[in-house]
Amino acid sequence: MDFEQLGLKAGIEIHQQLNTKEKLFCRCPTRLRDFEERTGEFFRYLRATESEMGEIDRAAEEEMKVMRRFTYATYDTTCLVENDEEPPAPLNAEALSIALTIAKMTGMTPVDQVHVMRKLVIDGSNTSGFQRTALVALNGRLPEGARIETLCLEEEAAQRVEGETFSLDRLGIPLVEITTAPDMHTPESVREVARTIGMILRSTGCVKRGIGTIRQDINISIAEGARVEIKGVQELDLIDEVVRREAARQVNLLAIRDELRRRNASVTPEPVVVTGLFADTKSSILQRATYIVAVVLRGFDGLVGREIQPGRRLGSEMADYAKKCGVGGIFHTDELPAYGVTAEEVAHLRECVGAGEADCVVLVAAAKERALCAAQQVVRRAELALAGVPEETRKMLEDGSTSYMRPLPGAARMYPETDVLPVRIRAERWEEIELPELISVKAERFAAEMGLDGALARQMAYSEKAGVFERAVESGVRPSLAARTLLGTLRELSREGVAVDRLEDAAFLDVLTRAESGAIAKEAVPGVITEICGGLSVDAAVSKVAPAMSEEALLALIRDILATRAEFVRERGMGALGPLMGVVMQEARGKADGRLISELLKKELRQRV
Amino acid sequence: MEQNPDLPELAILSTGGTIASRIDYRTGAVTSQFDADDILRAIPRLGEMARFNAHQVASILSENMTTSLWIDLARGIYDEIRNGAMGVIVTHGTDTMSFSASAISFMLDTPVPVVFVGSQRSADRPSSDNVMNALCSASAALSDLGEVAVVMHASTSDDRCAVHRATKVRKMHTSRRDAFASIGMPPLGYVDYPSLAVRLGDDAVRRRSGEAVLHDAVEEKVGLLSFYPGMPADLLSQFEGYRGLVLAGTGLGHVSTASIGGLRDLIGGGCHVVMTSQCLHGRVCDRVYDTGRDLLALGVIEGEDMLPEVALVKLMWVLGRHDDPGEVARLVRTNLRGEIRRCSYNGF
Ligand SMILES: [Zn+2]
Repeated sequence: MDFEQLGLKAGIEIHQQLNTKEKLFCRCPTRLRDFEERTGEFFRYLRATESEMGEIDRAAEEEMKVMRRFTYATYDTTCLVENDEEPPAPLNAEALSIALTIAKMTGMTPVDQVHVMRKLVIDGSNTSGFQRTALVALNGRLPEGARIETLCLEEEAAQRVEGETFSLDRLGIPLVEITTAPDMHTPESVREVARTIGMILRSTGCVKRGIGTIRQDINISIAEGARVEIKGVQELDLIDEVVRREAARQVNLLAIRDELRRRNASVTPEPVVVTGLFADTKSSILQRATYIVAVVLRGFDGLVGREIQPGRRLGSEMADYAKKCGVGGIFHTDELPAYGVTAEEVAHLRECVGAGEADCVVLVAAAKERALCAAQQVVRRAELALAGVPEETRKMLEDGSTSYMRPLPGAARMYPETDVLPVRIRAERWEEIELPELISVKAERFAAEMGLDGALARQMAYSEKAGVFERAVESGVRPSLAARTLLGTLRELSREGVAVDRLEDAAFLDVLTRAESGAIAKEAVPGVITEICGGLSVDAAVSKVAPAMSEEALLALIRDILATRAEFVRERGMGALGPLMGVVMQEARGKADGRLISELLKKELRQRV
Repeated sequence: MEQNPDLPELAILSTGGTIASRIDYRTGAVTSQFDADDILRAIPRLGEMARFNAHQVASILSENMTTSLWIDLARGIYDEIRNGAMGVIVTHGTDTMSFSASAISFMLDTPVPVVFVGSQRSADRPSSDNVMNALCSASAALSDLGEVAVVMHASTSDDRCAVHRATKVRKMHTSRRDAFASIGMPPLGYVDYPSLAVRLGDDAVRRRSGEAVLHDAVEEKVGLLSFYPGMPADLLSQFEGYRGLVLAGTGLGHVSTASIGGLRDLIGGGCHVVMTSQCLHGRVCDRVYDTGRDLLALGVIEGEDMLPEVALVKLMWVLGRHDDPGEVARLVRTNLRGEIRRCSYNGF
């Protein structure tokens, strides 16, 4: 596909959790918990409220099609604010500082006053029914030129555990939301911009890491298509695939539209009740249903079943719309006979609803109210197919295809959060912000100044341990030893089940400096760290694992070994060094440093050759 | 709005408060502007339950409530009952709702339910408790109840509302939905949600035939003072010229020995002093310790197991009708509207 020619326009919104001590609008820790640790549960109903103009937001209205009861789990680390039982505390100053730092790093202009707004969200993920968000800065630019439109501070939503049950531990964790201009024209450029923003965010050293702590929403449209927002892309490497598939989806939907128009297709808005037709059906779904309705789509034959994305058809889009009414899915004649529905039943159905060969019939089977609601949704989606690509919010499926979530939110969705006072950003505060070194710059410095090879330098710079690394090097540890231990040894130990998270930086630095000075053998480092993680002090761990052998004792050991292998030494001369080194190392069992052993052994050997 | 003539008639009187509030975009604050039609539009299910007759008595934040507005409210409710309302709903800000509810309880002897309702989370938010509280209050107003009550969330979940006796209820939390609690007795009953089924306990006064009786005189010159350790003795002299003073004393109903003189002066000057307890739960007893016996000797009236605010409202009402010290003391200590329990509640 030639994306430039398609008129591809894409922008991204990045949501990154901040690693603050407390939440954005309460003083609870930003700690995630296991559902099993919950201390209580409560439940609520949410309803769409009228805006000041007296209209209900279309996205909110969609969520309200069925009355839903939401259950929330509380913890000993959540409070009444998460429960929507207490007004929010003032905006977290630490979170604002991090947001301002990021804004300054990307050359943005801060707002004079930060005003907190409410964004209507009634899918249950916010106990209040809205998400609080505040614009912090505007108009920035990335090093490669992409424009950043806005930076907002937001509160994270509650985590859906399953069904309509949510966990309140995540609700209220501060997020920054960075929105780029829709300036990107190729799938790869979208991915690269996301990568750069991610790198900048990590450079602050103040963002959370790990699965789910950063999410990308992608806005995409092609010429003649429509703006579609794809929510929650977590893996960076999938971004370009998502963009490609959405562009393809829009191309295919436009082709379907053109074909429908050529065929003079139309949608029959009134569904036909066909429950009686399936009284003796073998299809278990139709058997179970108390009410079956058919929607006739004139001229749609073959198009409802046409693939628009890998694994997705126009029919899948209709099913997504129908599911909003609480039905499991739909059947359509492009895929029938199948699922226990016979060819005869299909023919009979076509006859009864007056559908010809060029038409497609969609079936919805459920309880009466739901079936009628779902049929209306199918009609709506079919009409949208005649118009082309609908504006939608979609969610990413595992492979990079997407499914429908809700219409794009209307403008009525934001209103002021009256419980939080605005925060003025003084010029001095902005001036005082010190910019952290970018990880990309740090990687170059690690390579140039510390002699790490490019890949290792990059890996070290991106690591959470970069700070410890620099401190180790400052206190005299060789960069290669520090990097190898931080990136290699710790990971291996962690894989073996050692609780390396418990290793404090100070203890780690202590071990490394001892290894560097030869006070403990490098070979003993993994064993020492294992003991420290098991709860021992550095001294105790060292004396347990690697009581250092004195130089005299080592010398005695070497002389002893040389004496018992005098024959071998005579035969091989200095060539005995390598093999004997192994013997001494084994005998010393990590209690002496390899370099010292090598030095002494070489000297002793030379005297004998 | 079209209303179904076959349904029973309920009256909604509004005084303002969160149940009817919207955001004021001028100040950014939540203000209270009410149009009764707004409520029906916002809560369509109400229209399936009853016909509504709606009036705005006041449009104030509840901290600005006054005794003269209590009188307006009592007269408004009285008129609605005389005009055939099957029950009356009063929307009210939650901060002083229990004061107003107990005032109406004394001022109006009602044969039908008079239900006070409000909300703790403003109506403009999708999670507001206003819809559930309003529906439950309407169901209570149509029920077999025959007294003044407060109907609010019974728990943090949207599972049921509690029906509290007006003279035994208190706001016990600044912000939670279930802030209102019955003190000194269990709630009169519950209204389940979303079924709106009403369950009343044996204690609840039942709906009866007969006319409502209005006694709407109140004495404004009555004070309420919470005693604290080290309270300057001359603070009491601020109440000189007052016809009544309710003390929220410590424990069983005490103030310091240093306050005795000041109280003697007040009582000598014609002020009726009623003792209640800061404990809120339990009964006052001034016969156990010396200070208590001194207080009784001065003529301080024991407020039994009345809440301090209820004793205040009751004293205002009693003094609106009586002057004679003996009669005042007798009425204060007599149960009139369920505010005094003959046997102390053994729950807590
Ligand atoms: Zn909290």
